[in-house]
Amino acid sequence: MKKVLMCGNEAIAEAAIIAGCRFYAGYPITPQNELPSYMSKRMPEVGGVFIQSESEISAINMVFGASLTGVRAMTSSSSPGISLKQEGISYLAACELPAVIVNIMRGGPGLGNIGPSQSDYFQAVKSGGHGDYHQIVIAPASVQEIADLTMLSFDLADKYRMPVMILGDGILGQMMAPVEFKSLKSKVKSFGKKDWILDGCKGRKPRIIRSLLLAEGELERLNLKLQKKYNEIKDKEERCEILYGDDSKVMLVAYGTPSRITRSVVEKLRKTGKKIGMLRPISLWPFPEKEFKKLAKKVKAFLVIEMNCGQMVEDVKLAIDCSKPVYFYGRSGGQVPSESEIIKEIEKIYE
Amino acid sequence: MKEEIIFAGFGGQGIMLMGKAISYAAMSDGKHVTWMPSYGAEVRGGTAHSMVIISDEIIATPIVKEPGICIVMNRPSLQKFETRVKENGLLIVNKSLINIDAERKDIDILNIPATSMASELGNLKVANMVILGALLARKKIASLITLIDALKDIFPASYHNMIPINEKAIRKGYEYGSR
Repeated sequence: MKKVLMCGNEAIAEAAIIAGCRFYAGYPITPQNELPSYMSKRMPEVGGVFIQSESEISAINMVFGASLTGVRAMTSSSSPGISLKQEGISYLAACELPAVIVNIMRGGPGLGNIGPSQSDYFQAVKSGGHGDYHQIVIAPASVQEIADLTMLSFDLADKYRMPVMILGDGILGQMMAPVEFKSLKSKVKSFGKKDWILDGCKGRKPRIIRSLLLAEGELERLNLKLQKKYNEIKDKEERCEILYGDDSKVMLVAYGTPSRITRSVVEKLRKTGKKIGMLRPISLWPFPEKEFKKLAKKVKAFLVIEMNCGQMVEDVKLAIDCSKPVYFYGRSGGQVPSESEIIKEIEKIYE
Repeated sequence: MKEEIIFAGFGGQGIMLMGKAISYAAMSDGKHVTWMPSYGAEVRGGTAHSMVIISDEIIATPIVKEPGICIVMNRPSLQKFETRVKENGLLIVNKSLINIDAERKDIDILNIPATSMASELGNLKVANMVILGALLARKKIASLITLIDALKDIFPASYHNMIPINEKAIRKGYEYGSR
C-alpha cells in the first residue's frame, strides 16, 4: 500500500484497527473529533464495536467492561474530557486491565480553548486519578510516528495489563501528512491467551475482577505488586530520541509538536557551529531518566521547551538530580513557540 | 525548496479540498508535506482556511503565519490575509466574488474570475480547481498531471464521476494563469 495523506487523529484510529482494537467508545470534543468519526465508519467494517457514549465517564467505563472480556479497547478525548475519565483510569490500573486512552490536548485550565497545548503533562505522567498507580504515557511527534506508536501502545497495554495513554496535542491531531500502514500489519503481536478475562466460567473456577479490597493487607499486596510491575517498566520501557548527544553544550528537551520546532532550530544552529542538541522523550512515563543521567555528565545545561507554563521541566530536574542548570521556555493557552523565540532563549544561556 | 501556502474562503467553497489536492500531488512528487486546517470555532458564512507546507526537508510546524503563496476566494479572506503575504510572494484573488482590489505593490497579484469561469463550465463548485490550475501555472510546486491524478485519491469513489469537470477546471485555470 502506498502512502496516504491522513491527519493524526485518523492515523491513530487506523493503526488501532490494525493493532486489533475492536471496541471504541468516546464522546465528541475538538480537536480529536476525526478519531471517533473515523472509528464510526471503520469499526463496523471490521466487525468491531463503535459507541458514541452519552458522556466521557460512560465511555471510559465501557472500555473497562470491554477490556475485561479480553478485547483490545480504546477511548479518546481532549483535555476537559480526559479529566472526566480519571476515575475510570484509576479503576483500570487497579484491576490491571489493558486499555489505550488518547488525549489530544487543548488549552486549559477549565474549558480553555481548542488550540494545541501540552497542559495535561502533569495529569498524564503523575496519573490524574486517585490512588497509587501509573499509566504508561507515549508521546508521538509525527503522523507516521503516531501510527507506529499506537501499535506499540496496544502491545504495552497487553504486556503489562495496564492503561496506556497516547499524549498528543491539537496540531498533531489535526495536521495531515503522508503515512504508510503496510509495514505495521506485520508487526501485530500476540501475547498469548489472556488467562484472566471474564468469558463465562463453565468448566473452570470463577474469576473475579474488582478494585475494592477490604481484607487485612489485601490492598497493600496489590500496591506492592503494581510497584514491582512499574519498576520493571522503568527498567525496560524508557524511550527517547537524541540528536547530537556526543558534543552538545546545551541540550534542548521537547516532545510532540515543540520537538518538531526544536529539531529545526537544532539543525539551523548546528550549521552556524553552535553545539546544540535535543533529547526528545518518546515515553513520558517512564521518563527516559537513564539517558538524561548520561547526558548530564556531558552537557553544560538543559533548556526545556513546552506548550505549557513549565511541567516536564520538573521531571528533567529530578532525572539529573539538579546536577546541571535546567532552563525553561514555554507558550501556553493554545500558542505555539516559534523558532525565533527558542533561538532567543538559547542565546541567553549559550556561551 | 519550501513553499508555505494559505488557502482561504467561505466554508463550502472547497477550501480544505484545495489544500488536500495540492498536498496529495506534492506527496506523489516525493516531497515532505503537511496540511493543517484552521480548526477554530468556525461559523457558517465565515472564513475558513487551510495551511499547506511543501518542502524538500522535514517540516517543523505545519502552521503558516506568513505565506509565500496565498489564495483568497472571498472578500473577508482578502482583508484578513493580504497583509500577511511575504514580500515578493504570490496572491491569487477570486475576482468574481471580491469587488475590491488588493493593494500591495511588493507582491505578485493574480486576479482571476474563478467563480465565473467555473459557472461557464457548468458547476460553480469547481472554482477552487480553476484557482489550483492557475496556481500551478505560476508556481511549479507540482505538475499538472500529478494534481489531476490526485483527484482520484481525494474524492471518495461515489464522486469519481465529478473528476472530468474538475480536470477541465484545472486546465482552464492553468491556461488563464499561463497568460
